[in-house]
Amino acid sequence: MTQQEALQEYLLRMADSGMILAQRLSELVGKAPALEEELASSNVALDLIGQARNWYEYAAELIDDGRDADKLVFLRDAHDYRNLLMVEQPNDDYAVTMARQFFFDVWHYFTLKALSNSKDERIATIAAKAVKEATYHLRRSSEWVKRMGDGTEESHRRIQDAFNLLWRFTGELITPDDIDHAMFEAGIGPDPQQLKQDWFGMVREVAAQATLAVGEEDAWMYMGGKTGEHTEHLGHILAVMQFLPRAYPDATTW
Amino acid sequence: MNEHEPSSVDVLIASDRVPANARPDLLTEDAIWALLDNVLDPEVPAVSVVELGIVRDLSWDGTHLTVDVTPTYSGCPATELIEELIAEAMRAAGIRDPQINRVLTPAWTTDWITEEGREKLRAFGIAPPQGSASKMSLLGADDVIACPLCGSEHTERLSEFGSTACKALYRCLDCREPFDYFKCI
Repeated sequence: MTQQEALQEYLLRMADSGMILAQRLSELVGKAPALEEELASSNVALDLIGQARNWYEYAAELIDDGRDADKLVFLRDAHDYRNLLMVEQPNDDYAVTMARQFFFDVWHYFTLKALSNSKDERIATIAAKAVKEATYHLRRSSEWVKRMGDGTEESHRRIQDAFNLLWRFTGELITPDDIDHAMFEAGIGPDPQQLKQDWFGMVREVAAQATLAVGEEDAWMYMGGKTGEHTEHLGHILAVMQFLPRAYPDATTW
Repeated sequence: MNEHEPSSVDVLIASDRVPANARPDLLTEDAIWALLDNVLDPEVPAVSVVELGIVRDLSWDGTHLTVDVTPTYSGCPATELIEELIAEAMRAAGIRDPQINRVLTPAWTTDWITEEGREKLRAFGIAPPQGSASKMSLLGADDVIACPLCGSEHTERLSEFGSTACKALYRCLDCREPFDYFKCI
């Protein structure tokens, strides 16, 4: 794999992870547990879509085969998606929704922070903007984790169950593969060791305040999203998300 | 001189083309900034795009105009509309083919909202951003946000996100009114 191919893959991971999580959050529109949470979820989704568009536009320029951001989103199949498995997991109850958001936000925040110092100027530019938004996402999700963990017996049980349920997808966030290493060595991507340390540091700090137990670092982990091997959920997400543009290709007005 | 008031249709048509009697060559750079200061943010129509700090630069040689605009948030749905409103205002002043550049760097910060803009936000019922964006703490306590309606500092945050991505939702515990707070970023 050439350096440019690795960069394209890396950009698609950033773009797809934001896009799929945004699609999951959009499912809450009309049925979030409270109006404030509905506004918050859709605002977070909006930020993620805006960031994803920036990543896709850069990826599309490098791929240079005539596809634009919309075509990358709407006309690729599940095995071409490079998102983290964490973000495609179902919303389930609100504790699961928020635990997923929290694990992702911690990863996203530290990744973007590192990327804003990337040697690739375009990446640094996109990340410097996105990290400001991700800071607010992380503030919100960590507060929810604390509130539920240190709340009632029922809320504690649910968020602890959610941590246990989703723990098997956390390994993928912080386990580097060849592409992550290549990006780090080129001065483009974050230092995988540092990212792992920062991620655990913050997750443990918030979990401690929330009186929650976190899983083992060497627990068995599901991986594969970054190389296109997904859980059964992604196909269903894409079916909903891609239906309209696939049914009416190249429509300019819907 | 034609003294009749233009109908709304006239205005609509005129807004989309360069007026025949326009003399854009007489416009100074300061005059263009003043024109931009009349373009209001469509989501917060209390402040202009200049007061909001999203117009970063312009270059004008008497014929060609380039305006650099930066989005507030990556996913701000008003970005395209704002660019179109700016282009429209420039065309109405007689400038042909104004070029609007979208710049992402340096990333917009609420520190760029002018003093005047902050006052207008407050008068509009939106609490302006407090303090400096660079000093915001990630997981620390919040600043005290004063109610834009009654001035009380006895307020509480209802949600980190309000009616748009750039705002948080607060409630005043004295006058009991909910209000938007323009978040620091």
